[in-house]
Amino acid sequence: MPVSSVIDAVREALREEMHRDPTVFIMGEDVGQRGGVFLATQGFLEEFGRSRVIDTPLAEASIMGIALGAAYRGLRPIPEVQFSDFIWPSVNQLIGEAARVSYGTNGALQVPMVIRIPYGGGIRGGLFHSQNVESYFFHTPGLKVIAPSTPYDAKGLLKSAIRDNNPVVFLEHKKTYRLVRGEVPDEDYTVPLGVSEVKRAGRNITVVSYGLMLHYCLEAAEQVAAEGIEVEVVDLRTLKPLDKETILESVKKTGKLLIVHEDNVTGGVGAEVAALVADEAFEFLDGPVTRLCGPDVPTMPFAQSLEDAYMPTTERIAEALRKQSAY
Amino acid sequence: MNITIELPHVGESVVEGTIGKWLKQPGDAVRRYDPLVEVITDKVTMEVPSPVEGTFLRILAEEGETVPMGAPIAEMDSTEAQAAQLQIGEAPSQDSQPAAPAPPAPKASVVPRAAESGTTGYLVKDERPVGPTGSILGEGEETASTGTGEAAPGGAARPSPAVRRLAREHQVDLAQVSGTGLGGRITRDDLLLHIQASQDAAQALHGTASPAIAPRQDQLTAQPAQDQEEKHVPLTPVRRMIAEAMVRSVSQIPLAWSTVEVDVTSLVALRSQTRPGFEEKEGVELTYLPFIIKTVVESLKEYPTLNATWGGDKIILKKHINLGIAVAAPQGLVVPVIHDADRMSIAGLARATKDLAQRARQNKLTLDDVQRGTFTLNNTGALGSILSQPIINYPQAAILTTEAIQKRPVVRDDAIAIRSMMNLCISFDHRINDGAETGAFLQGVKTRLESIGPDTPIY
Repeated sequence: MPVSSVIDAVREALREEMHRDPTVFIMGEDVGQRGGVFLATQGFLEEFGRSRVIDTPLAEASIMGIALGAAYRGLRPIPEVQFSDFIWPSVNQLIGEAARVSYGTNGALQVPMVIRIPYGGGIRGGLFHSQNVESYFFHTPGLKVIAPSTPYDAKGLLKSAIRDNNPVVFLEHKKTYRLVRGEVPDEDYTVPLGVSEVKRAGRNITVVSYGLMLHYCLEAAEQVAAEGIEVEVVDLRTLKPLDKETILESVKKTGKLLIVHEDNVTGGVGAEVAALVADEAFEFLDGPVTRLCGPDVPTMPFAQSLEDAYMPTTERIAEALRKQSAY
Repeated sequence: MNITIELPHVGESVVEGTIGKWLKQPGDAVRRYDPLVEVITDKVTMEVPSPVEGTFLRILAEEGETVPMGAPIAEMDSTEAQAAQLQIGEAPSQDSQPAAPAPPAPKASVVPRAAESGTTGYLVKDERPVGPTGSILGEGEETASTGTGEAAPGGAARPSPAVRRLAREHQVDLAQVSGTGLGGRITRDDLLLHIQASQDAAQALHGTASPAIAPRQDQLTAQPAQDQEEKHVPLTPVRRMIAEAMVRSVSQIPLAWSTVEVDVTSLVALRSQTRPGFEEKEGVELTYLPFIIKTVVESLKEYPTLNATWGGDKIILKKHINLGIAVAAPQGLVVPVIHDADRMSIAGLARATKDLAQRARQNKLTLDDVQRGTFTLNNTGALGSILSQPIINYPQAAILTTEAIQKRPVVRDDAIAIRSMMNLCISFDHRINDGAETGAFLQGVKTRLESIGPDTPIY
């Protein structure tokens, strides 16, 4: 299979879906002439024309509102929020409207919309180009929240998201865009929403993670494997709805759980995973459920030393795994 | 002083750059901010300006080469006093070092993981940190981490929910289980091992129970009374001894298994050619067994840890090679021993095995005949078996079976040949030996067996 980067996989998913379905269109800042600030839509303006690849003003509330209206009328908009940090003006459209309209109309109105959001730190982006925004949407009923970690998953999940009739928040970790490579088949395939994947099997400790951190977890698992600690790495892939079954099955097998994410620790995705396990796998636990996450300061510190301190690393994850193992 | 020019970090999501064209060549005088090189990245093409004034010394990354951000791409001799290792457009590095002869530019390396899984992906690794990174803070100090992962101080920790559930399900008294976790905590695995050991012992005993080896009642359900569906056969002393020996072996020795295939075509030829004369002369049948014993004994000399026992805190190597031969006698399995088997010829071994087997079947073995064995051989092939997982004759280090010799099509020199093939199966005590030694020992036996030829001495 050909090897792609995450950004290539995103671009291919968008292109294939736009060819497949004429109701799919893209709008956002610099998505047209500039081909997107990360080049996710490079060449799309020429390929699909101005009516399907729409450059917008810097006005996220309008981008989301227009996309929402288009979705009500049967189109499948893919608004791009250039950086997760810029999403806040559009939150009323997203949480206040998009997430609830189907409930409010008893399903008469649907919102088949995918909001693409580059997010995350570790790229020296500072306070306004690095935010982790997942937990705000993770908390909100009516939204689906996706956070792929590999090119294969990014493409397959994005295609599923576009074909889904609900508003889907699609989070793409910026650092994985060109840092993570992997095989992506040429043929059409999808990865189902709501299904996590065991990326590495093991019997001693379960690690649950997603996005960039998933790769650090895999590296750490490899490190401690040399010491005889067999770690099972679960890639959530879909944050909402959580794939409870995969998480519980793994924890019931290993009896120990470490949750790793870059987002702030308090009220993050990890808190929900921990609660789930405490609730439904209590009698299988053989050690404290622990989280290794970003501290409770705004993402991301601009000072490089502070950003490095913020980010969980392979070494810190390996250390946490050793502690769990020794318990 | 020499400074190293690194490929600067240019922007979010870009991790590597390709050297386009060098705008300065070794020997050129360079002023500060003079463009040095064109670099092409996924996002931009840019010129990298010189951070200092001086002389261009050396190119470390050739045109067309793709290197990670932060990798050294050139060396300069700076006339500016304060210049050390500078990252263009960035503050002086905290951990800068005078540029000694620069290492070759590291190529972007990839760390493939689980390549067979197309969905896993892998990281493109910078071999060096990107740009001048600050010092990494202490272990998890600044990264939020919940849970202490430490057992309660002063005494064994409370058993975890998993341990308590398992103990309840299997009716285990946790006081009987020793813990290997933090502060002596009983881990789930400790308990599972304990349960497994008890079950193995109980299972092995169950069904052969007699007053003499009746298990403790707390480990087993009560013996069912004999009813019309069953007939209870009292144990003979030999049966009971075998049962006890097997339980002792299986419950104490962590067993591992291995098998090799041996081409015994030449051995078969030698034996059929030698057999008539030998039997006429010696009055003893010439089987394959003495040949095999010979090769096993020689291999044991080469790998003495297979001729050993586990001593708790040591491994005890045995100086004598006393080879036990499993014999199916009418009353059950017996293992008479050929003492100092390494001092015998093939003819001598033939006589010894014949003698022991005969007396075993006639129930005329002496106590000495069955004692002091150091290694056991079991010819399961005589029963038509082609693969076995034997139980070690406790407390030896291993047991070897010789399986049935069968003609099989095998590939020799890329053609299919019909050869006489035999499997050798070994069970070994993994406390004493790993697969490496055991495998080498097995290979030793195999090689010796395969090199038996017309010239192999019988006497």
